[in-house]
Amino acid sequence: MIRVKLPAHLRTLAQIDGELSIDVESPVTLDRVIDEIESRFPVLIGTIRDRGTKKRRAFVRFYACEENWSNSPTDAPLPDEITNGQEPLLIIGAMAGG
Amino acid sequence: MPVVRVLVGTRKGGFILTSDEGRTNWTVAGPHFPGWEMYHLAGSPVNPDRIYASQSTGWFGQIIQRSDNGGITWAPVSNDFSYVGEVGTHLYFDGTQRPFNFTRVWHLEPSLTEVDVVYAGIEDAALFKSTDGGDSWTELTGLRQHPSAPFWQPGAGGLCLHTILQDPTNDQRIYTAISAAGVFRTDDQGATWTPKNVGLDSGEIPDPDAEVGHCVHKLDLHPAKPNVIYMQKHWDVMRSEDFGDTWTEISGDLPTDFGMTVAVHAHEPDTVYVVPIESDTQHFPPEGKLRVYRSRVGGYEWEPLTKGLPQENCYVNVLRDAMAVDDLDECGIYVGTSAGEVYCSSNSGDSWIKIVGNLPVICSVEVQVVR
Repeated sequence: MIRVKLPAHLRTLAQIDGELSIDVESPVTLDRVIDEIESRFPVLIGTIRDRGTKKRRAFVRFYACEENWSNSPTDAPLPDEITNGQEPLLIIGAMAGG
Repeated sequence: MPVVRVLVGTRKGGFILTSDEGRTNWTVAGPHFPGWEMYHLAGSPVNPDRIYASQSTGWFGQIIQRSDNGGITWAPVSNDFSYVGEVGTHLYFDGTQRPFNFTRVWHLEPSLTEVDVVYAGIEDAALFKSTDGGDSWTELTGLRQHPSAPFWQPGAGGLCLHTILQDPTNDQRIYTAISAAGVFRTDDQGATWTPKNVGLDSGEIPDPDAEVGHCVHKLDLHPAKPNVIYMQKHWDVMRSEDFGDTWTEISGDLPTDFGMTVAVHAHEPDTVYVVPIESDTQHFPPEGKLRVYRSRVGGYEWEPLTKGLPQENCYVNVLRDAMAVDDLDECGIYVGTSAGEVYCSSNSGDSWIKIVGNLPVICSVEVQVVR
């Protein structure tokens, strides 16, 4: 079971309380995690990544095990701590605004 | 007893203001969708309890919400505004061509006759239509694929299709306005479009006959005179008497002809309202006085409406979608400001009250009379 923390705005949209727990087929990658999130919560399609290109939205960040995965290949396997549920994958809104 | 419902979109949420027909005692509900930019909320003329809302942020993109109970509860509908076919390019500030790229929905325009039909104007400029209450959207490609599109250039706010005006006497005819391209009209329900910018003499464009490139800010019309279209352009207030084929300046004795918005009285087709703004660099009213100007004769001659509006130290703006009129017997006028104030006149503009203040920057104001 993969644990995912979504930003407050997206939790509100998807009507999720707290962390999300999802099953994702191995190897667990950002692509597959987001595919599963979008499958379960279609309202989130386009809010994390572009609907067509699948590119991360500019002000969305991905963190895994205190590492910034925002610019990592989205088909790369995530760390074991994420895949075994020990650590949550963090999807956050970037600090932006000035 | 009719209920007056004012739909307010702000930079940080939506608000719904309600009153009886006296329009003196108001209830404020909200924020709906707090923290999101609510560019536009619009109710269906067919069923006023059907309300659409454009919700977006730079972080998480575009959401469209729909309410079927007058804004008490909401549910997201489709946010898929994928361009159809060849995406094409438009002119960018640096002279290069850039592909059209969806950013947000600026304006939602429910059909005058069908509750499930609604139009959406987006950035980068294109027009979408839903026939199922927003559950799906289809681009009316004839507009974005017009041969002039490679010459459309963003205004300061982006290349946005911000105005959608339906002819209430002809369901084939729709006007759109794009900044900075100009006015386009379809006479076949959106299949084909023609630029309608003859007579728009924009100082920023050396060619006075330029087909596109005009920064039109807002259009309005009255159902009793559908051939007459009023326009607030970047500079100049304009009128067309031939369905937009040609335009004549009617700025007349306004203190400045820059502004963002224009609206026509609900019962008097020759009575029109604008909110003059000092200039395109000083987005506030002249002399620090918020004055709505009214012409009873279709332009040229204007009178300032000031009673109840701040007349000193007022440096707010009124954006293009932030003025609306109701159709009660005594026509109501509503203005929302960048300082988060909503003003209401229940007597065609003669006097005003402040409904609410200290809201976030107001993007849009629409009004419904629920009978």
